Amino acid sequence: MATQTMAPPPTTQTSLKTQLRRAERRRKLNAFLLVAPLALFLLVIFVFPIGSMLWRSVDNSELSQALPQTAQLLSAWDGQQPPSEAFYASLAQELKSALANGNIGSLGRRLTYEDPTLRTLVTQTIRKLPDTPETTWQQTFSTLNPRWAELSTWQALKKAAPTTTDRYLLASLDLERNAQGEITAVAPEKQVYIDVFLRTLAIAGAVTLICLIMGFPLAYLLATLPTGTSNLLMIFVLLPFWTSLLVRTAAWIVLLQSGGMVNTSLMGLGFISQPLELVFNRVGVLIAMVHILLPFMVLPLYSVMKGISPHYQRAAISLGAHPFKAFWQVYAPQTLAGVGAGTILVFIMALGYYITPALLGGPSDQMVSYYVAYYTNTTNNWGMAAALGSLLLIITLVLYMLYQRLVNQQTPNRR
Amino acid sequence: MIQPYTSRLERIWFWAFRLFCGLVLIFLMLPVLVIIPLSFNSSSFLTYPLSGFSWQWYETIFSPGPWLESLKNSLIVAPLATLLAMIFGTLAAVGFNRAEFPGKNLLMALIISPMVAPLVIVAVGMYFFFAQVGLLNSYLGLVLAHAVLGVPFVVITVNATLQGFDTNQMRAGASLGANPVQVFFDIVLPQILPGVISGGLFAFATSFDEVVVALFIASPTERTLPIQMFSGIRENISPAIAAMATIMILMSVLLLLVVELLRRRSVRI
Repeated sequence: MATQTMAPPPTTQTSLKTQLRRAERRRKLNAFLLVAPLALFLLVIFVFPIGSMLWRSVDNSELSQALPQTAQLLSAWDGQQPPSEAFYASLAQELKSALANGNIGSLGRRLTYEDPTLRTLVTQTIRKLPDTPETTWQQTFSTLNPRWAELSTWQALKKAAPTTTDRYLLASLDLERNAQGEITAVAPEKQVYIDVFLRTLAIAGAVTLICLIMGFPLAYLLATLPTGTSNLLMIFVLLPFWTSLLVRTAAWIVLLQSGGMVNTSLMGLGFISQPLELVFNRVGVLIAMVHILLPFMVLPLYSVMKGISPHYQRAAISLGAHPFKAFWQVYAPQTLAGVGAGTILVFIMALGYYITPALLGGPSDQMVSYYVAYYTNTTNNWGMAAALGSLLLIITLVLYMLYQRLVNQQTPNRR
Repeated sequence: MIQPYTSRLERIWFWAFRLFCGLVLIFLMLPVLVIIPLSFNSSSFLTYPLSGFSWQWYETIFSPGPWLESLKNSLIVAPLATLLAMIFGTLAAVGFNRAEFPGKNLLMALIISPMVAPLVIVAVGMYFFFAQVGLLNSYLGLVLAHAVLGVPFVVITVNATLQGFDTNQMRAGASLGANPVQVFFDIVLPQILPGVISGGLFAFATSFDEVVVALFIASPTERTLPIQMFSGIRENISPAIAAMATIMILMSVLLLLVVELLRRRSVRI
């Protein structure tokens, strides 16, 4: 009897349920629609551009775009038989149309990567190429330049024919494919990029370590001082944080140059007799980068330390632990989440630095970003720029995911 | 803290610790302070001791020329980029706090990623993309690019403000007959405004200081202040840079003060 009165009539129960579900679904849709404009904006202006740049690291369409039919013939060719008349005829025809539609520039640039002399060979041949062959096209090409009769010329063209390539990605790890198509290390005197990556990691690592050594005590001081004092001192962290990166870079040049304040005061105090070289080398880069990134270490550490109750440490001391031991065994482990977040954040940001090394470093202090910019602007080798950029982005993304996991882990614990 | 019973070693440690922290604080503040007096120096060298007082470097940057031109460009681009970031960012943050939906964490990670992506990669990607769609060397291109870089700050600060927002107020508003737009403008926005403005200031500072992307996608016509600073530092570092730096430091102080005031008003940020 009681159960019968408790249960509401079945019809209203289902309709209420569907109504609730519908309302919930509408709420979700609403929420999603509010996020959608930004997501769409970022997809178009941020994700798509970066994605298509990454595509350039494997893109090899220059030859197949300029010489589509020849590219097909080359792909089908085994690379050993002497190329037939069809190859020469197709090349003759397509070179002319490539010249007409302006594809010849990118083709020439691409061929340079296989062999620096190929571009000249092609441009010279185009200029002298007749409209119709004297006897055969093969004969005509070989009279224009005997290199067209050589197998190696066509083998180089064949290498550029596929629409995708791994040559840029391999090259950015100092690797290449040999004549047999096996992956091998490039000649030692040509190895540069491994060094660049190691240098980038070394600079970022050193900056992170110095930031931790300087930032940890400072954050601890700020977190344990009375609020008034700590707010005042916090300005010392926040004002540089808000100040333009370029202003700070300019200031460091002024401070560190040979006639600058640091050198003159050190000489005035008698520590040194000659000015130290502090700028346009690694020292200058490290000093300025630490200065710029230190707030990113101090702020997360501070917010974690602010949430740690001093009672645990006091309890440890009252139970007989030495204050140092109480600090290391009781307090420090509680800061680990903040240390992890700050360390990864500073390391990620340091990896991508471009402006500071460019202005304060010498040629041997440039990081990966510099080479990405160099290949984009100066040599137009976009495949190489994209390959170096891809590797840098992959390292950054992996670390960013690690950072997200750390931050997401620590939030529920503190609430 | 020093107590009557603390041992001598601990006292030494205590003062050494404070000395170290003092040195770190000086390290942080010194570059900001050292460049200001040099902007009033009458000599054209950026070295101490100062040789005399002069306003000439301020006259240089405020007389018609590349400095004024670039300042004007930055003052066009930064507010527009900020506005765009504020609108997109606030809508998204409100959406994030309205309901759980699939892919929410992934979307959040996507929205924050412009903060950590290496700027050169963003710059090169936009350079190629903008060249294809005709946005290269245009104010609109710069505004869009800077809006992307500023939007994470708006989302983060507004999100933080919304943590303390009681959503029952929205239901109450709706039950009293307000439509969703009215609810947003009359109930939600006034309460989250400090967060929106703080985020906007971060976005403004980002645009006002951004040089890498601008170097790639702007032509000399849209040359922004950071580009002018960059080439100034690279080519010949003159006290005009110190003068502009001083103005930018003043602006940072102003931004910092406003953000701190807003933070005091709503403790949640």
